[in-house]
Amino acid sequence: MTPLTGSERLGLVFEQVEKRYGALTALRRVSLEIQPGEFVALLGPNGAGKTTLLRVAALLVRPNAGRVKMTGSPADSPELFKSRVGMVAHSTLLYDELTAEENLHFFARLYGVANVASRTAHLLAAAGLAERASSLVRTFSRGMRQRLAIVRALVHSPRILLLDEPSSGLDPQGRVWFAETLAALQRDGCTILASTHARDEVLRLATRAVRLEAGRVVSDSGSGGNLELILAGLQGTVQ
Amino acid sequence: MKNSIWQSLVVGALMAVAGYAALFIAPDEKTMHVIQRIFYFHAPAGMVALLAFTIVFIANIAYLINRQPRWDWLAVSGAEVGIAFNSVVLITGPIWAKPAWGVWWAWDARLTSTLVLWLLYISFLLLRDLMADPDRRAVFSAVYGIFLFLDVPLVYFSIRIWRTQHPQPVILGGQNSGLDPTMRKVFWFCWLAMTGVMAILIHQRYKLEQARHEFEELRLRAEQLSAEEPGISPPAGAMRT
Amino acid sequence: MNAGRAAAVIVAKEVRAEFRARELLNTTLIFAFVVVVIFSFAFDPTTAESRRFGPGLLWIALLFAGSLMLQPSFAREHANDTLDALCLAPVSPFAILLGKIVANFVFLTACEVLLLPVFAVLYNVALLPVLGRLVIVLMLGTFGLTITGTVFSAVAAQARMRELLLPLLLLPVLVPLLLAAVEATAGLLADAPELQRTWLEILIGFDVMFFTASWLLSDFLLQE
Repeated sequence: MTPLTGSERLGLVFEQVEKRYGALTALRRVSLEIQPGEFVALLGPNGAGKTTLLRVAALLVRPNAGRVKMTGSPADSPELFKSRVGMVAHSTLLYDELTAEENLHFFARLYGVANVASRTAHLLAAAGLAERASSLVRTFSRGMRQRLAIVRALVHSPRILLLDEPSSGLDPQGRVWFAETLAALQRDGCTILASTHARDEVLRLATRAVRLEAGRVVSDSGSGGNLELILAGLQGTVQ
Repeated sequence: MKNSIWQSLVVGALMAVAGYAALFIAPDEKTMHVIQRIFYFHAPAGMVALLAFTIVFIANIAYLINRQPRWDWLAVSGAEVGIAFNSVVLITGPIWAKPAWGVWWAWDARLTSTLVLWLLYISFLLLRDLMADPDRRAVFSAVYGIFLFLDVPLVYFSIRIWRTQHPQPVILGGQNSGLDPTMRKVFWFCWLAMTGVMAILIHQRYKLEQARHEFEELRLRAEQLSAEEPGISPPAGAMRT
Repeated sequence: MNAGRAAAVIVAKEVRAEFRARELLNTTLIFAFVVVVIFSFAFDPTTAESRRFGPGLLWIALLFAGSLMLQPSFAREHANDTLDALCLAPVSPFAILLGKIVANFVFLTACEVLLLPVFAVLYNVALLPVLGRLVIVLMLGTFGLTITGTVFSAVAAQARMRELLLPLLLLPVLVPLLLAAVEATAGLLADAPELQRTWLEILIGFDVMFFTASWLLSDFLLQE
């Protein structure tokens, strides 16, 4: 597996993605192009399809029609694709019965990360969890679990980040840390697609806002990075 | 609708002729006399059941390849009809065995295998019953169904070896060796008639499943529309299947 | 990351998680033991009979205990959606399945190592003369049980009543395996011990067929 160089800039393209669950259509022919290095805030009411879109991007869900592609790097196989993508989901994706350290060790090995021990230690320290490294995740508070969930997503230094309401459960200190981490990743050229509710500091870092409703893109502030347009995207003004 | 009626009439006629043949045309068997005639329904039913389960297997594979719901409908239809015919075998077997050997059940190879087959496909239907989401149900029951069918030859083979190692009464299927020509004709005619019944039953069950599916789609679509446009609501008292 | 290495990582995780809690192993072992003892009360174990019933009893205990033990295999990956975490990683679905199969095989074998001497004592069977061949039969049977049980655990995890469902899905399918394992074991514990080829072939055939089917169908088991 090609080691990540840390400087790749990768984009995502959704082509006519459709996903149905029985007779319920979660995504209707969604086409979206995310440029390398963009920070896209995904907005919309509950049930709009934000989570489904993120899961399609993560290759967790196979769409009924259309597909998702990676640009900027030949990701021919699903495995190569997944090696460049990190996800923070609704659930923590952590094993409660293992320690924080064991969780990160496991995922690091699974992703083929070199120097598992030092990478784990570094991430735990960054998340402020170094003292609790050998504690079972079961004993962690909600905020601590979310922090661990976030660093879990970063263990393999992904170039594309998919975030599903990542700030939920974070304590104020955690939010500050998370915003700083995201800013650093953004400066580093990571592409970020984050589903958030309004009033989330994460939005301040966004360069683009896309609003989904009932499985369709209803507004897109474009790559201009214009704050007013983003706020308009927040209010759901149709373009 | 008209087609169904014609089909049913034709198959009904075939079955009537088959019944008559089994009861009156086939020559009397020398040891068991009238009781033996049950064989003309017992054995073909077993073969038809296997045929139905083979259809399930093909439908399972087809569904996994192209995900079209109609293969799932075919799979559940084949399984239910297969179990029905299998039940015929399991009921007629003991009815024959009691006068013939004095016991209802003798654990002979063929009947025991049929029993296991019955259990296998009951599990298939049970699995489907316990899964609500239609797409997931279709995928996972298809995977399970494939494993089941792969198991079938192993079941027959292992049980046959098992029974030959443990001596027990004369085997049911021994009839087939040296079957009188008239008997053979009646046998195959009954098989043909029963295969016709199987085809019709599967077809009807398939159409029922198709109708259910379409109804669900319409109902959910109506709900979605009413959610998007207030003022339109689904028909009051909408049926839940 | 190739399938073998990924599977090894998963096996390590499963074993670590299990040996920390040890709930599953302990419960499985005790359940198997209870089955053996309870059956002894139902079928008076004098020496002559125990030779005949012994093998059947051993395998029934293993099958029952095994089908209970295998059920959480995929069901417990629903907590915190860790199954998603596995599917997010750049490993093939078969690697995930293989990791779980191997881990479950290790657990069941650990139970058998402890169960076998107990069985030998309770039923006065001399295992040592045929130990080598008995181990082969045990391994083949356990492998078949583990493959089917793990795959069906992934299937049952999607349905309601999964604890009750897995034995129902599993036991009828295992009839050929049970027959072959019991008869092979009985052959080994007879006065003139021999390992009958037919049963061995059925065991191997079962294992190969179901392993291949698992490999071919693994994608469908783990995708949404």
